Amino acid sequence: MKGKKISVFSILNYLFLSVLVVVCLIPVLHVIALSFSEKIEAVSGNVGIWPVGFNLSAYRYVMEDAQFWRSLKVTLLRVAIGVPVNIILVILTAYPLSKPNSRFHGRTVFSWFFVFTMLFNGGMIPAYIVISKLKMMNTIWALTLPGAMNVSYMILMMSFFRGIPIELEEAAVIDGANQMQVLLRVFLPLSLPSLATIILFATVANWNVWMDGYLYMNTLDKYPLQTYLATILMESKNNVEALMTPDQLARMSQISEKTIEAAQIFLGALPIMCVYPFLQRYYVKGMVVGSVKG
Amino acid sequence: MTYKKERPGKAAAPKGHFKREYPFYLMMIPGVVFLLIFSYFPMFGIVMAFQDFSPLKSFSGSDWVGLRNFKDMLMLPTFWTVVRNTLMISLSKIVLRLLVPLVIALLLNEIMSIKFKRISQTVFFLPYFLSWAVIGGILRSLFQYDGMVNGILTSLGAERIMFLGSNTWFPVIAIVSDVWKDMGYNMIIFLAAITNVDPALHESAALDGANRRQQAWHITLPTIRPIVVMLLVLSLGSVLSAGMEQILLLYNPMVYESADIIDTLVYRLGLVNHQWSLSAAVGLMKSAISFVLVVFSYRIATKYFDYQVF
Repeated sequence: MKGKKISVFSILNYLFLSVLVVVCLIPVLHVIALSFSEKIEAVSGNVGIWPVGFNLSAYRYVMEDAQFWRSLKVTLLRVAIGVPVNIILVILTAYPLSKPNSRFHGRTVFSWFFVFTMLFNGGMIPAYIVISKLKMMNTIWALTLPGAMNVSYMILMMSFFRGIPIELEEAAVIDGANQMQVLLRVFLPLSLPSLATIILFATVANWNVWMDGYLYMNTLDKYPLQTYLATILMESKNNVEALMTPDQLARMSQISEKTIEAAQIFLGALPIMCVYPFLQRYYVKGMVVGSVKG
Repeated sequence: MTYKKERPGKAAAPKGHFKREYPFYLMMIPGVVFLLIFSYFPMFGIVMAFQDFSPLKSFSGSDWVGLRNFKDMLMLPTFWTVVRNTLMISLSKIVLRLLVPLVIALLLNEIMSIKFKRISQTVFFLPYFLSWAVIGGILRSLFQYDGMVNGILTSLGAERIMFLGSNTWFPVIAIVSDVWKDMGYNMIIFLAAITNVDPALHESAALDGANRRQQAWHITLPTIRPIVVMLLVLSLGSVLSAGMEQILLLYNPMVYESADIIDTLVYRLGLVNHQWSLSAAVGLMKSAISFVLVVFSYRIATKYFDYQVF
């Protein structure tokens, strides 16, 4: 136990992991450095992981970019609508399904109904057609409703509910509570940590996804932030130009400058970067419940 | 599992149950409605793979064409290239996504300094939280023609490489960046599993004279092997999904030959070329094969690893 002598292995181990940490950080640091650098230095490739010719002009440009703010608003709106809808559906379905079969006789049927959606899906094209038939194209609902009933989160919540002693429920029922009251007054207050975990999962997911905005929104001004970032990245391809007014197009050709692009990438990631070290432990908890159960 | 008939009077029982359990049914309604609309409707929508679908005529009005779309699918000049690319990219991702985090977790476990451990965990976990749009932007600034990597290459006297336009490099970048993005997740799972290993095992091994490396090899690894194998088995279902959010963002016609995957083909056929039925057929082929694989992998996982979805 007192093995204080440092072995060759442990030195190499520290060395290897340190190098790996640095290698994993470099790409992120490079983009941050680019965003704070002089435009010419960035274009001529002189920027490494430290800004060259420090200045804020890229950020000043992004701050004045109306589309950036519009997209940020769309993202905030989808989080504000999407996450609560997510959570309500998860809680409502996880509670009955956490009961044993003898207390909820429909459980097996419902379980299969839910699990089957994880096993099979119609694919991108039928989903697209359904969304368009529902007249949800180009509305915030196309971003918030299709994924609202998340079965993985539900399973996570369900396994947490199962850990709550049945005596607590029985006591509440004897006091005259109905099932809804049991859920809201007994189960929910006891599940705040796992509720927090799922809220975080849902928020990060809503913030990060870009595909659905790209598929279901027809105009640039409806794009959530990540879709807008993705569009800038793909600007030279596909039919993105077709969506844009000449004014936006002119703006786009300016945006493709390296430093501005880097600033936008960094700003798009910033909120997550700031909070994730604190979210980590919730994630770890949720993942462990989800994966190392067996 | 099955409900026990505790009371006499079989016929009366279900009704009594329903009376007691109807709040549960009510609570299920919203979730069920959402799944019906957004998961089950599209499942029925796959009938369009057997039609000559046009959005104006919708599902009921479109003509039925039998298996013609599937024949057309097999006739696509790029079809087998796309299948090969999908398998190549996704299998590499699946294997490396387990191996790399496993090695890192084992190495991190040998680190004594808690601070070092925590910092490196945080760094390895960072890209997992970033979106593909952000990661894609980062990758481009690294690998584009006038990007950082090429800057380093020229300063070393080497020639610039069109990484993102090269059929050799693109798949490598796609695979490595995917592993970089998601390795934190499995690393955390493995670390949690390693810390769950009974310390008594290590103590008795140490008494028998095993050093830390031998302990890692003979105790830690065997005890977490089931989790690794289980994750491998469970990832079988995603073998036909090679990472659409990533590839669509980064690829370009120059690298279709090595980077076009089933999902991007479906996307282009359907939403760019409006060959709705053909692209739905390709999508259905993918969903059907994935379904078989998922069911198969769940069965193995349940049988050998006590895994339970529910």
